[in-house]
Amino acid sequence: MIPGNFEYYRPESVSDAVKLLAQHGDEARAIAGGHSLIPMMKLRMAEVGHLVDLQAIGDLKGISVDGGMITVGAMTTQHELIASEALAKAAPIIREASLQIADPQVRYVGTIGGNVANGDPGNDMPGLMQCLDATFVLAGPNGTREVAARDFYEAAYFTAREDDELLVSIRFATPKGGYAYEKQKRKIGDYATAAAAVLIEKNAGKVSAASIAMTNLSDTPVYCQEAAEALLGTATGNPDIEAAVTAMKAAIDPQEDNRGPVEFKQHVAGVILRRAIERAVSRA
Amino acid sequence: MSKTHIKLTVNGKQHELLAEPRQLLIHVLREELGLTGPHIGCETTHCGACTVDLDGKSVKSCTVFAAQANGAEVTTIEGLGGPDGLHVLQQMFKEHHGLQCGFCTPGMITRAHRLLQENPDPSEEEVRFGMAGNLCRCTGYQNIVKAILAAAAEMNAAKEAAQ
Repeated sequence: MIPGNFEYYRPESVSDAVKLLAQHGDEARAIAGGHSLIPMMKLRMAEVGHLVDLQAIGDLKGISVDGGMITVGAMTTQHELIASEALAKAAPIIREASLQIADPQVRYVGTIGGNVANGDPGNDMPGLMQCLDATFVLAGPNGTREVAARDFYEAAYFTAREDDELLVSIRFATPKGGYAYEKQKRKIGDYATAAAAVLIEKNAGKVSAASIAMTNLSDTPVYCQEAAEALLGTATGNPDIEAAVTAMKAAIDPQEDNRGPVEFKQHVAGVILRRAIERAVSRA
Repeated sequence: MSKTHIKLTVNGKQHELLAEPRQLLIHVLREELGLTGPHIGCETTHCGACTVDLDGKSVKSCTVFAAQANGAEVTTIEGLGGPDGLHVLQQMFKEHHGLQCGFCTPGMITRAHRLLQENPDPSEEEVRFGMAGNLCRCTGYQNIVKAILAAAAEMNAAKEAAQ
């Protein structure tokens, strides 16, 4: 499988990359690791006239943990996320989730920026970023702007990012309390049948804060505020967890595909969220 | 569309060539440079038969454009060892029956090589996790895992003996 022809660019600065995107409009695509885009190009499901490779832009790389805020450059690979001891200490949910993405070879090249910006409902990072209440920093012809992860996703492959904007970095506050990223997949390399990102803080045995987001159960990630609220003030007994699961099931909208019918996905989503809550509580 | 000038260091040897930007690294390696060790299996980033080492990372060369690899160092199975001197991983795959049809083997060994560079003394579970991006349809994996563990032991023993 060979993709259609395109012009290739390797800019060395964010502003040069943005200029190329602006110049070529919807014929241009930025490529990070390329492990979502290149297969789509090979299948001729994505037609790209101008490919803007971001690998040489130093400003898009790196992880910083500073004063309660974590900043991750868009071109940071899953492999680098897993390898970062600072990140594993400050936000271990990132490593837990990253280890469940694809396979070793893909994690060497797949980036957090590509994962969140592509808008594929199957990607794991969008739900995780909503759970963390992360902020995406976008650079465009008129400077940078910030969009909350919880406002970023509009539909499958449609996001708040404009064609001439580039995702530069992702920022979030160091999460507190217990965490879990739980994922059911059919095999290595598959997207989730259902996945859940959960953060839980406890105070004197009761949940004082909670955040829940689900992956691949709608055409966007699903931030489940009502499910999290169902846990607030409880000691996370079985009825409390069931209330959260019920609220989550009302929020998701899975479609039948080769991962199973709707009823099955609803069921798996419940199992996965229950497990994620229990593990997050055990770590809180 | 214009061709791009590409410089690659493959198995220690420098190459310069003109390629269409859409040419995949696997095609440049196989068709332009005659390195047919890395295989084209699934073409969809699943099977790992096309795995090569790119600047110290195992990558599936069917999902990398040669233009992206411009300036990089690539190691293929041909760079690890050959009939005149097998790499210890090749030797151990042979001894432990880590292959049957052999189609996945170049990718397996190239990936295992990087895995052992990063983790010279892996547990069985770490080998299985680290090799999860490579599919084999013959062996059932048991002997591949055995071969990699044996190669790790051999390489560590050689390192100790050298000290």
